[in-house]
Amino acid sequence: MMASSYNAKEEDGHHSGSVGPGGPGTGKSKKPDNTAFKQQRLPAWQPILTAGTVLPAFFAIGLIFIPIGIGLFVTSNNIREFELDYTGVEMSSPCFNCSQTYSWNNSCRCSVPFTLEQPFESNVFMYYGLSNFYQNHRRYVKSRDDSQLNGDKRFLTNPSKECEPYRMNDKMPIAPCGAIANSLFNDTLELYYVYPNGTKTAIHLVKTDIAWWTDKHVKFRNPAGNNDNLTITFQETTNPINWHKPVYELDPTEPDNNGFINEDFIVWMRTAALPTFRKLHRIIQKKDSLTPTLPPGNYTLDIAYNYPVRSFDGRKRMILSTISWMGGKNPFLGIAYITVGSVCFFLGVVLLVIHHKYGNRSSNAEIPN
Amino acid sequence: MAREIGEPGVAKSSTTKKHKRRKSKKEIKTRTVHANILYDQAKGGDNPNRHYANNKIKTTKYTLLSFIPKNLFEQFHRFANVYFVFIALLNFVPVVNAFQPELALAPVVFILSVTAIKDLWEDYRRHRSDKEINHMDCLVYSRSERQYLECYWKEVCVGDFIRLRCNEILPADVLLLSSSDPDRLCHIETATLDGETNLKQRQVVRSFIDLDTEFDPLKYNSVIECEKPNNDLNRFRGYITHRNGRRDGLYKENLLLRGCTIRNTEEAVGIVIYAGHETKAMLNNSGPRYKRSKLERQMNVDVFWCVVILLVMCLFSAIGHGLWMFQYGDKRPVFDVLSPEGTDLSPVVSAIYLFLTMIIVFQVLIPISLFVSIEIVKICQVYFIHQDADLYDEETDSHLQCRALNITEDLGQMQYIFSDKTGTLTENKMVFRRCIVAGVEYSHDANARRLAMYQEVDSEEDEGLSRGGTLPRKESLTSQHSGGKAVLRSQSTKSHRRTGSRAEAKRASILSKHTAFSSPMEKDITPDPQLRDKVNDCGSQMEFMRFHNQLLSQISPDLQDVFDFFIALTICNTVVVSSPNQPRQKVRRFELKSPVKTIEDFIKRFTPSRLTSASSSSSSTSLATNRSSSHRACSSLLSSPSAESTLARLEEERGATPGIRGALGTTPACPHAGGSVAGGSDEGELRYEAESPDEAALVYAARAYKCSLVGRLADQVTIELPHVGRLSFELLHTLAFDSTRKRMSVVVRNPLTEQITVYTKGADSVIMDLIRPPAADDSKGKRQRKILFKTQNYLNLYGMDGLRTLCIAKRVLSKEQYASWLRRHLEAETAIQGREELLFESALRLETDLHLLGATGIEDRLQDGVPETIAALRRAGLQIWVLTGDKQETAINIAYACKLLDPEEEIITLNADSQEACAVLLDESLHYIQAKFLCSSSADPCAAGVFQPDYATLQFHAPPTSSGTAGPVVVHRLGLVIDGRTLAYALDKSLEDKFLAVARSCRSVLCCRSTPLQKSMVVKLVRDKLKVMTLAIGDGANDVSMIQVADVGVGISGQEGMQAVMASDFALPRFQYLQKLLLVHGHWCYSRLANMILYFFYKNAMFVALIFWYQFYCGFSGSAMIDQWYLIFFNLMFSAFPQLITGTLDKDVSADTLQELPQLYMNGQNSEEYKPYMFWMNMIDAFYQSLVCFFIPYFAYADSDVDLFTWGTPITTLALLTILLHLGIETKTWTWMNWASIAFSIVLFFMVAMCYNASCPTCYSPSNPYWTMQRLLGDPLFYLMCVITPIAALLPRYFYRACQGSLFPSPVQVGRQLDKVPLGLRRHLVNQRTAHRTPLYPLGPPFLKGCSSKITDPYSSNPKQKAQAASPICLKSMEMKDTPGSSKNPVNHLEHHDELSLPSSEIIWLTSTPLMPQMECVQLISPPSGASPGVTYQKNQESLDCPQQNILKQTCGERLSDSPDSQ
Repeated sequence: MMASSYNAKEEDGHHSGSVGPGGPGTGKSKKPDNTAFKQQRLPAWQPILTAGTVLPAFFAIGLIFIPIGIGLFVTSNNIREFELDYTGVEMSSPCFNCSQTYSWNNSCRCSVPFTLEQPFESNVFMYYGLSNFYQNHRRYVKSRDDSQLNGDKRFLTNPSKECEPYRMNDKMPIAPCGAIANSLFNDTLELYYVYPNGTKTAIHLVKTDIAWWTDKHVKFRNPAGNNDNLTITFQETTNPINWHKPVYELDPTEPDNNGFINEDFIVWMRTAALPTFRKLHRIIQKKDSLTPTLPPGNYTLDIAYNYPVRSFDGRKRMILSTISWMGGKNPFLGIAYITVGSVCFFLGVVLLVIHHKYGNRSSNAEIPN
Repeated sequence: MAREIGEPGVAKSSTTKKHKRRKSKKEIKTRTVHANILYDQAKGGDNPNRHYANNKIKTTKYTLLSFIPKNLFEQFHRFANVYFVFIALLNFVPVVNAFQPELALAPVVFILSVTAIKDLWEDYRRHRSDKEINHMDCLVYSRSERQYLECYWKEVCVGDFIRLRCNEILPADVLLLSSSDPDRLCHIETATLDGETNLKQRQVVRSFIDLDTEFDPLKYNSVIECEKPNNDLNRFRGYITHRNGRRDGLYKENLLLRGCTIRNTEEAVGIVIYAGHETKAMLNNSGPRYKRSKLERQMNVDVFWCVVILLVMCLFSAIGHGLWMFQYGDKRPVFDVLSPEGTDLSPVVSAIYLFLTMIIVFQVLIPISLFVSIEIVKICQVYFIHQDADLYDEETDSHLQCRALNITEDLGQMQYIFSDKTGTLTENKMVFRRCIVAGVEYSHDANARRLAMYQEVDSEEDEGLSRGGTLPRKESLTSQHSGGKAVLRSQSTKSHRRTGSRAEAKRASILSKHTAFSSPMEKDITPDPQLRDKVNDCGSQMEFMRFHNQLLSQISPDLQDVFDFFIALTICNTVVVSSPNQPRQKVRRFELKSPVKTIEDFIKRFTPSRLTSASSSSSSTSLATNRSSSHRACSSLLSSPSAESTLARLEEERGATPGIRGALGTTPACPHAGGSVAGGSDEGELRYEAESPDEAALVYAARAYKCSLVGRLADQVTIELPHVGRLSFELLHTLAFDSTRKRMSVVVRNPLTEQITVYTKGADSVIMDLIRPPAADDSKGKRQRKILFKTQNYLNLYGMDGLRTLCIAKRVLSKEQYASWLRRHLEAETAIQGREELLFESALRLETDLHLLGATGIEDRLQDGVPETIAALRRAGLQIWVLTGDKQETAINIAYACKLLDPEEEIITLNADSQEACAVLLDESLHYIQAKFLCSSSADPCAAGVFQPDYATLQFHAPPTSSGTAGPVVVHRLGLVIDGRTLAYALDKSLEDKFLAVARSCRSVLCCRSTPLQKSMVVKLVRDKLKVMTLAIGDGANDVSMIQVADVGVGISGQEGMQAVMASDFALPRFQYLQKLLLVHGHWCYSRLANMILYFFYKNAMFVALIFWYQFYCGFSGSAMIDQWYLIFFNLMFSAFPQLITGTLDKDVSADTLQELPQLYMNGQNSEEYKPYMFWMNMIDAFYQSLVCFFIPYFAYADSDVDLFTWGTPITTLALLTILLHLGIETKTWTWMNWASIAFSIVLFFMVAMCYNASCPTCYSPSNPYWTMQRLLGDPLFYLMCVITPIAALLPRYFYRACQGSLFPSPVQVGRQLDKVPLGLRRHLVNQRTAHRTPLYPLGPPFLKGCSSKITDPYSSNPKQKAQAASPICLKSMEMKDTPGSSKNPVNHLEHHDELSLPSSEIIWLTSTPLMPQMECVQLISPPSGASPGVTYQKNQESLDCPQQNILKQTCGERLSDSPDSQ
């Protein structure tokens, strides 16, 4: 008890004048400072939420959102987009035969004709789209080794445990290891413009600059050493089980697009958020300002059908799309803005009614005169 | 005198018993202490004291080494911590892990380390204070140096000799061996132990009393055998064995306790018996108690619900995952990764694994940081309460202390207040106000004016009131009492407003630092001119007569009464006088004589020769210089010495020569005494140290009439009288005050008349019965009768005026009477068995046939603002019970004065002598209450059938103002007064329900004469049975048990010291601060914390739900789109600060409005900020908001090339913005700190995200968020989402709040609107509202209109009353349906049923205010025989009859809001 009384004296400044030799002589007052902070009198804005006070906010939101929404909606509608499902589920589909297999790399080819009704101005982006593919599965997402992909020699031959069971194959380390790399999308898409006379012209598809710049240049790197000869670099490794060619032969045409820095590979490695997704495959660059990049007319999509989707009832699509400042075609945001704006406006009206009906009485009751 | 003396012991008795039992088990029951100087310090091996604890104290819990393991061990006692560690460890299991295991540990480590740092800091403070204490100095006898040397306290060992000087604090428990005091006494102040500021005497061990020379430690060679260390402060037993084999007993009077201060004694020497942790003070030092607040209990229920939600979500995901796996059958999709071993997982096994994974992923739902946040917020709240200048008392320079850190919010939820009276409601400053001498009243108007003046100096605000109060007081002279009753009442309460200007008070506190009960207000008494004249008259006559050697009996009886009256005031007490020049130095005595202790002594002293000798002597008859007798002297205050020592004294007494005394008998008035008190005439310099403030007040009053106490010794009292000069009265006996006799007496020999006179002072009720009935016929008898009659009348008036009354009486004993009494008294004193009873009887024998001298009226002044505080607290819906040890009359008077009882109220008084009588009384009063307030439920228009459905439909929207937990609170305008004995019966198991039923329906309850134990039992009963929040407030040791039992204990750090404060959770300097503490801080703390907790649940649920929705799109695989860093640090960092700021600073209503509208307090009482449904509403809102935050990005990015974390990061951002804006809606006051914290949170999030996303391209698997945020910031879509999502998410809540604010605002919202009104207008509004009782709710909800219109009310044509009926508080009383106890017994049920249909207040036929409140009361007093108890309905009006009952039935609907009424 005594100790605590001392504590009290020391801490709380309890002033028991009769305690302590020599008597209390210190005239220091324990009076709390009269500051706004300590007395909790900080100047403050005190909004009161009543119909009257929030009315303007609702109307303002309504008035701002609806135009924005209309603008977004119009922008989105101006984007050209064409989608082609080439999975080959129906018997009539040209790729039906190819789709029947469950195995990888059956080297089946098919071509799907299609018609563009409207011209595609500016650059056209070619996507491949997969449905029902759960790239976001927890164990799938983890199944990669970023250090290996970053060109770390140690992890090249000894990949991370996370890659299991796609880490080693026949006692050889897999490069790139993991389930993501193993399931790399390996269909080849070629686009031909079919002139009305029936002749086909291949459309030049650019396969670079489809990945994030930082991915290509920072995150993904080939193992250091003799860059010219990736074969030697990767000689102690083996390719993923589902691949029919090693990683250094992904793009035979361009040496800078090989190994881990192959852009198709990089794009694939960026796992999609949702089970239905598209990934940028190629870019069709605008040639000149006079002709549209893709004029209306008939086209043929030639597919090297390697990627099996039957096991998960998936669909494969090829998408051609132009983009605007807000990305691809998606009317959702525009509609959302219009909806929220309208709702706010409506609620504003409701509040106005409430305010008129009850607000007056309230203020009358509150403030006489 | 009427203070609660001796009651602490009752509380302790139980612990003592327990202790004894424990002790008896021990094998060795004693400790033996030898002197250390007998043993060489170097070889301590053979020192028998070496096993005892040394004086070094260590209150710290940890050492440097043991801190981490011990602290962790303690922290893991908290279940939440174990849970979090379990989850973190679960992460280390590869199959189920969700995050990087190290990262998952981060929050747990953070939480643990924050708590650990807090503990470490507290421990360090303890360490520092320990160190400070350990390094205090004291003088210890050193063997080698052969003198006393300065030592640190920690170096003191058991067996050391210590020299103590005046004003030193005792370092250990010391046995007193020597004292410089000639009586061999040592005075100590025990304020730090029990809070009592009066001095206590301790006595040198008997065998050392006779030492003439100074005590020499080297000659000491005795062995002390005493008890093992124990915590009983009032107990010490042992004996000391000297070398010669002589044994002496040791008692608690010989022991000086650690922590006490030596006073009035120049020097004392003692031997250390217990040291350090074995001292009684330390053993009493129990650690702080951990209390859990109501809000926290409620919160824990919801934490439990969170766990349930978590498990449901996990289970759902697990089943979903199983099904998802199952649909693929044997077709293995490429994204379904095999287990690391390459084996296939069956859907069931994966589901089980997933269940565990989900627990980890969803762990945020259990708010890990909530517990830490709450602690932080509470500490901040405590800081602000502590800093409040309004709770600072300049007079004592102390402010509020929060001793319990974790129950601040309970302050906002109190429903019952249990208050002590003396020192809590009153100042415990007794001020002499008026007196009656020989039937003549002296009203001391000048004194009244002076007291009133103290008030006027104060603030201008009170000016009008106090003037209004003082003005009629001037008129109220003696003759006007009959008519001035009502006036008097109003004055007395008003005059209690202020006790004095602050400056005055402060000066006083400085002056009186060393003496209790001596502020100028108490000391300076302006004498009544009439009485002063009489005193002067009397003095001069006396002088004259003495001069002419006339007999004193020739003085007129009137004057003689006056004379005796003042003598009695001066000497009939136990006040100790100290002189100023040497602080705390006792006035030296030169005449020494012990009280009469033996027959022989008596015979010697009262030989006939001596009786005649010195009739004119102004001094005491004897001046003995017999040193030995003086040393032997034993104050009668101390317990009687054993029979053995009496025998010894007898023999010594025989040896003394009476001749000397006789020869010296005529020596003039003690010259030495006059000399020692330099400038003795300046008696203002003398300090009086009284045990109770009443005594001090009387002594000071007498001094105002120049009758001053000059010195008090064990056997003699010296006083100074006008004209007469100094007189020394031989003090023969002091019969101390006790609460059963309610009086004290002194037996003195009057030096003027040589008569043996008994002066008695005591409660009027007892003294008046002991007055000798006046003789039948003669004029003297008539006069006596008249005096008695008048005095009684005045006493009644005093009582009504709230004064504490004491009667003064005397009795002159003939020598023979005295001798016969003395014989039996001595027998009683020496009796071994039943001594207490014998002494009691002996006292009774002495105190009979008294002659009434007069009576005094002492004002125990109410503290500042007590009536206002009580009124405000009552308007706040708090039930206030006063539990006091005081007598019934005083308690009732004070209750009236502080407006606890209303003159318009009826009072039910319960006084019973037996269990049965008590039962009958309770039944009677229940019936009475029912009969009086009954309206049969069927005829009742406000019966449930009419209103309940209406109400039920709206209940959801309109926060009900009913007290949900308190059960039916039907408060009638009734007061209940119950005395301690009846209370004991009523608290019996069989009667407690009935007692509660009665007490609950009364507006105020007053328990008088209650013991500390009863106080705590009452609190416990109410707390447990009614399930209400209780607050106990008190200032003395007798309130400790009550303070400890209550949910919140408040101590008044007043004059009675620290005991209550030590036990309390909050310590206030004054009672009136309770108002701000509860109404403002309590309200704020509660509403802040409740809102914060709700917000926390919302926040976590909202965040976790985002991930839950995602499970539908990732095959229930436990994947999270939110980066694990964000997931883990979201609560700890990004969203933590704003809620802490809001939780600390938010004010829903300003302090002014809260105090002006105490009704707003009901908000907390009814737990309106945090009701169970609110948790679920918040959960629903959280799920809605998370849906918005999830699906807007979902659709915005549907079928795009967005990757997992580029999609998840916007969701995190949106969630953060939504959560912060949500807080913005809930924030009522926006200071710059709120703005800053929200801005800081957002900036912090983006900064952390940018740094994190730029730091390492390969780390942070699997999210690998390199450059994500940077890229997002370049995406217009991101900004577009940031605008729309929070708005869409918060739209419903915002809309709801706006509608609520307009359509059905809660009282708090109305209060907030009032805040906006300019101050002057607001005050006007509030006053108007109070005066006209307009409902607080400006928008009477429509259903209320309907309610009032249904009431057919032919009697009341007053439209205002209809408005009252419409006030929502009317609902409150109707809403009650059920009680916890109602199902138990049918009778009870019926009662409750009746109760709920009773009108709450203001019955029309009661409006004629009775002039005498006491006239209308119900006396339920059982005859002592225990036969049929008589019920007396004393009323001006006739009691109930049928028409009135009809009126009652009709007026039932007129539930008057009892809240704004304050007449």
